[in-house]
Amino acid sequence: MKPSCKSIVFIALLVAALAGPASTSANAANSGPEIRIGSKKFTESVILAEMAASLAASAGATVIHRQELGGTRLVWDALLAHEIDVYPEYAGTLAREILANEHVVDEQSLEGALAKRGLRVSRSLGFNDSYALGMMRQTAERLRISKISDLARHPSLRFGMSDEFLDRADGWPALHSAYGLSAPDVRGVDHDIAYKGLVDGAIDVIDLYTTDAEIGRYQIQVLEDDRRHFLDNEAVLIYRIDLEQSAPNALRAMLQLQGRIKDSAMVEMNGTVKFEQRTEADVAAQFVATNFGIANPTHNEGLAARLLRRTGEHLRLTLLSLAAAIAVALPLGVVAAWRPTFGHIILALVSIVQTIPSLALLVFMIPLLGIGALPAIAALFLYSLLPIVRNTASGIMNIPLSIHNSAVALGLTPMRRLRLIEIPLASPTILAGIKTAAVINVGTATLGALIGAGGYGQPILTGIRLDNFNLILEGAAPAALLALFVEGLFELAERRLVPRGLRLRPNRSA
Amino acid sequence: MIRLDGVTKSYGGSIAVDDVSLTILPGRTTVLIGPSGSGKSTLLALIIGLELPDAGRIAVDEHPLTRLSALSLRRRMGYVVQDGGLFPHLTAQENICLMAKEIGWPPQRRRDRITELCALTRFPPTALGRYPVELSGGQRQRVSLMRALMLDPDVLLMDEPLGALDPMIRAELQDELKDIFGRLAKTVVLVTHDLSEAAFFSDAIILMHQGHVVQQGLFRDLIESPAEPFVGQFVHAQLRRLAMINERAMKIKKGRA
Repeated sequence: MKPSCKSIVFIALLVAALAGPASTSANAANSGPEIRIGSKKFTESVILAEMAASLAASAGATVIHRQELGGTRLVWDALLAHEIDVYPEYAGTLAREILANEHVVDEQSLEGALAKRGLRVSRSLGFNDSYALGMMRQTAERLRISKISDLARHPSLRFGMSDEFLDRADGWPALHSAYGLSAPDVRGVDHDIAYKGLVDGAIDVIDLYTTDAEIGRYQIQVLEDDRRHFLDNEAVLIYRIDLEQSAPNALRAMLQLQGRIKDSAMVEMNGTVKFEQRTEADVAAQFVATNFGIANPTHNEGLAARLLRRTGEHLRLTLLSLAAAIAVALPLGVVAAWRPTFGHIILALVSIVQTIPSLALLVFMIPLLGIGALPAIAALFLYSLLPIVRNTASGIMNIPLSIHNSAVALGLTPMRRLRLIEIPLASPTILAGIKTAAVINVGTATLGALIGAGGYGQPILTGIRLDNFNLILEGAAPAALLALFVEGLFELAERRLVPRGLRLRPNRSA
Repeated sequence: MIRLDGVTKSYGGSIAVDDVSLTILPGRTTVLIGPSGSGKSTLLALIIGLELPDAGRIAVDEHPLTRLSALSLRRRMGYVVQDGGLFPHLTAQENICLMAKEIGWPPQRRRDRITELCALTRFPPTALGRYPVELSGGQRQRVSLMRALMLDPDVLLMDEPLGALDPMIRAELQDELKDIFGRLAKTVVLVTHDLSEAAFFSDAIILMHQGHVVQQGLFRDLIESPAEPFVGQFVHAQLRRLAMINERAMKIKKGRA
């Protein structure tokens, strides 16, 4: 029939338009060897990665910065999986967290453990960023707390610890037993949000990184580590050894950072990004310019250009996954309607997929599909299956028996029946299913930014990290608008695709 | 000619049609009658191959009806259900022409046939472009009948075709249908639970009860020589109702006079 032909052509065109060249955030002006730099989702890591990117680019490399990939484990896995070539790490984290099972005791054993994985670590970049505990100065003075051991006297204090710190062997569990803290109220909180909670008085004690700019800004008392529990944590670059062959100049340029960044400089740079609304790229470029005399023009994208790029990325995620889901879920729905036993199995499977938390599903995709847009599209595709399969099946199964029987009795073959009768009659329900999938997709796609897929989620993520409401809005507002736009689009599509006879009001004059 | 031989069909343990053997003669109107649940609609569904029998054989014009042959045999039969079973997304004309188009009738031939059918069923050609929801109940049944007759099948199967209509339209359509059956001389099998409708249409009557054929023959056979007590009960229940209505109507008329 005409309507279904039209819709297929429409979708095919959209997909073709979107499957075109992907826009990754690369400053791909150079044509030298390609270097992919990763960073964790906190300011310092992004700044260090931007410095490395800027230095590598000055040595002629084509640099792709996969910003804010996630926590330690995710970025480390990406490095092992060749998804990235280099990222900023901390020597203590490497030895005591990532390689905790390998009994790394000194530099030699660390190098050995890394070499086995094809990795190498730089010397210290010059500053130390270790864990500490902190609380608001006022509260600390009121309760006469200045050392961590003082905390044991106040079991009613509320602790907000970053998730990574809670899990690390050398983090909360070790601290807890070293100081004999009597299991008080401990909650896992995102590090950037923990500061808000502390300032607002929702929690009393948080873990800190010693280079956090918030410490000075919010008048936070860093508690003295009187039992020398926290160890040094020198910033380093960790990279794949093969860079020494594939991009020796770029690597040498990046390693210029060794020993060049002082603690105070790092705290200041963190603060500039966090409180003066400057971008990490900006701050990094300034540092590189003053210290190495490399003027690397940062490409400052205007708001319109940024929005346009992210809209493109976001649409690409949403539409490709939706198109693939339609192509798979429609036939599955038809089969489910025709063979109810098999249908139960199909519906159970796609329902199970639906119950996997989106963040977990995204992370599951990384070993299979790497990082970037592809795993995000795959995850969104899986999420879109249920509403479409279910609505297609129920749309067909709810066709009145007399109509179904008439179609069979006329002598239509099953395939013709499907095309001429069942799909058109089920089309309002099917469209509603696709609409549900699309709207959910637009929202869920914002999480894609966590694994480097870009889109509207990127500014939301950065905004949460920097506690910058405007930046969050820059992602959240267009995402909401896009969802509304998709709703509207489907209202229009319904008018075009649902047969007229199904939209008429029954005639009561008979 | 349609022949059923030892046909049995059950749904999840309950038997709808139990070992039925019968022959439906060509060119005549046969009425399947019985109370609800007697298996008469199931029998019709078996003949058009909507359901396959659990046991027994069905043959249409000497062709055995199987899962494979059902598709082609269906095209020799027209089927009309109680509410018309019209496809709501297609206009009256599209409903009627659907199958002719599928098997490649040229447009002119389709137009000619529709003109013929509109005249036969007294359907206003101006309403052909309307969708089912825009038609009255009587018009919908006419469209459904035209759809069933489009390919000029030898057999016309009707499952309570007038059941959903209000009494005025029903009476009017009854007369027209009888006239149409007479003119077309097709093999018609009509299912109803209404004895007066059966008496009105039938050349032959098949009375069913609990999945069995209780009696087969002419209307007068049911009255004169009931095969078993149930036949008498079924007939009298309906006749008594008619008689009561008649009696009351006469009284009222007398009272006025």
